[in-house]
Amino acid sequence: MASDPQPHSSPAAAPAPTAGAAARPWPTGEPAVFEAVELTCVRRDRVLFEGFSFRLEAGELLQIEGANGSGKTSLLRILVLLALADEGEVRWNGTSTEENRADYLSSLTYIGHTPGVKADLTAFENLRVATALAGAAAACDPDDALEAVGLAGFEDTYVRELSAGQTRRVALARLLLQPTRLWILDEPFTALDRSGKRLVEGMLEDHCAAGGMALITTHQPVDVGDAAKTRIHMGAEPAPVDEAG
Amino acid sequence: MAGAFAAILKRDLTLALRHRGEMANPLVFFVVVVSLFPLALGPEQETLTRVAPGIIWVAALLAATLAMDGMFRSDFEDGSLEQMLLSPQPPSLLVLAKILAHWLATGLPLILISPLLALFLQLPGEALAVLLATLALGTPTLSMVGAIGVALTVGLRRGGLLLTLLVLPLYVPVLIFAAGAVDNAASGFPVAGQLYFLAALLVLSVTLAPLAAAASLRISLG
Repeated sequence: MASDPQPHSSPAAAPAPTAGAAARPWPTGEPAVFEAVELTCVRRDRVLFEGFSFRLEAGELLQIEGANGSGKTSLLRILVLLALADEGEVRWNGTSTEENRADYLSSLTYIGHTPGVKADLTAFENLRVATALAGAAAACDPDDALEAVGLAGFEDTYVRELSAGQTRRVALARLLLQPTRLWILDEPFTALDRSGKRLVEGMLEDHCAAGGMALITTHQPVDVGDAAKTRIHMGAEPAPVDEAG
Repeated sequence: MAGAFAAILKRDLTLALRHRGEMANPLVFFVVVVSLFPLALGPEQETLTRVAPGIIWVAALLAATLAMDGMFRSDFEDGSLEQMLLSPQPPSLLVLAKILAHWLATGLPLILISPLLALFLQLPGEALAVLLATLALGTPTLSMVGAIGVALTVGLRRGGLLLTLLVLPLYVPVLIFAAGAVDNAASGFPVAGQLYFLAALLVLSVTLAPLAAAASLRISLG
């Protein structure tokens, strides 16, 4: 136990604050496909969604909108294998994620609506645990990741003493620690101020430009520059699936 | 993998250290319950020596049950548990780290304080070593088995009573063998049989409980 090769102790090359320069664990141009096929979710005898499908390829961003209670969070929990779909399948690179669990999970970073940040640990300690959980060598040091999300100087502050927006930033810093191919973010802009929102948009843009893919739920307009963006509307209202630049 | 195990262990011990008050609760309960018995039963040595193994073990078992509920609660509420189950690490390994940290924070202090309590109850010296051995083998088993129950009930709003009903029957074999061993030692009989049984239960629970608890956590989150 004492002699574990702690990935966080390796002096990572200081990445650019926007993390665009961080080493990606996937070869540039390698295709990746994330698909949902005919997903159906029933909760308490209510059909939240039925026959829900999408296809996400490298470099694309998918934005999911929908009224409160339309099943966005349930959908995300199904996509990250925390819940089971009543019907349908989630596929990663063509194979079912249930069969391919280990490979899929190591390509995934999920930030849910509970941020998964411990209030009684400092920001730095939280990220150190996240690095160890991610396993593979970190591309970015926790200190650099915190600096990149605008929390320089708060490394040794208990998360309990941070504001809601700062707590959210600690969670978002996980995205930079260990770049994974697929980001699934539930309401990433919650509690963030304007500069925080721009920061996340910048991270998403860099991620897509580097061949990553992202799926987010939000109601706010998202500006990710040139990245290919698709919007899907969930729920009872007319469901326009419109393509946008 | 070893890195993730060590990181979770260290994290949980750090958190336990920052919640010293909460962690001390079961220990205080253990000491108070055991030290009330001499007051209620009177100070006669024969009576106390006769009931000492049972009292210490019942109190240790209830203290362990009391401590159990918090094992996964805060991680469940703040989403850390989701992150653990979504990491590429084997969930049972992370669960094992959490159980070990929990035992170090709540079970080990019971063992350390028990010689003092044995003194209160006038337990003979030869039985003390056996008492320590049974606690060392028994309390980790309680934590392991308890973890399965906690993992199953963590998603329920009031799972406390259900948890007790679920795990207490599973604690009974540990209680019988452990109290029996200390009793035998106090009367000068051999204790090897009971200790082997406790050791076997510990090995069995260390092997299977993390798998069962990890599976239960997935059910609770789903």
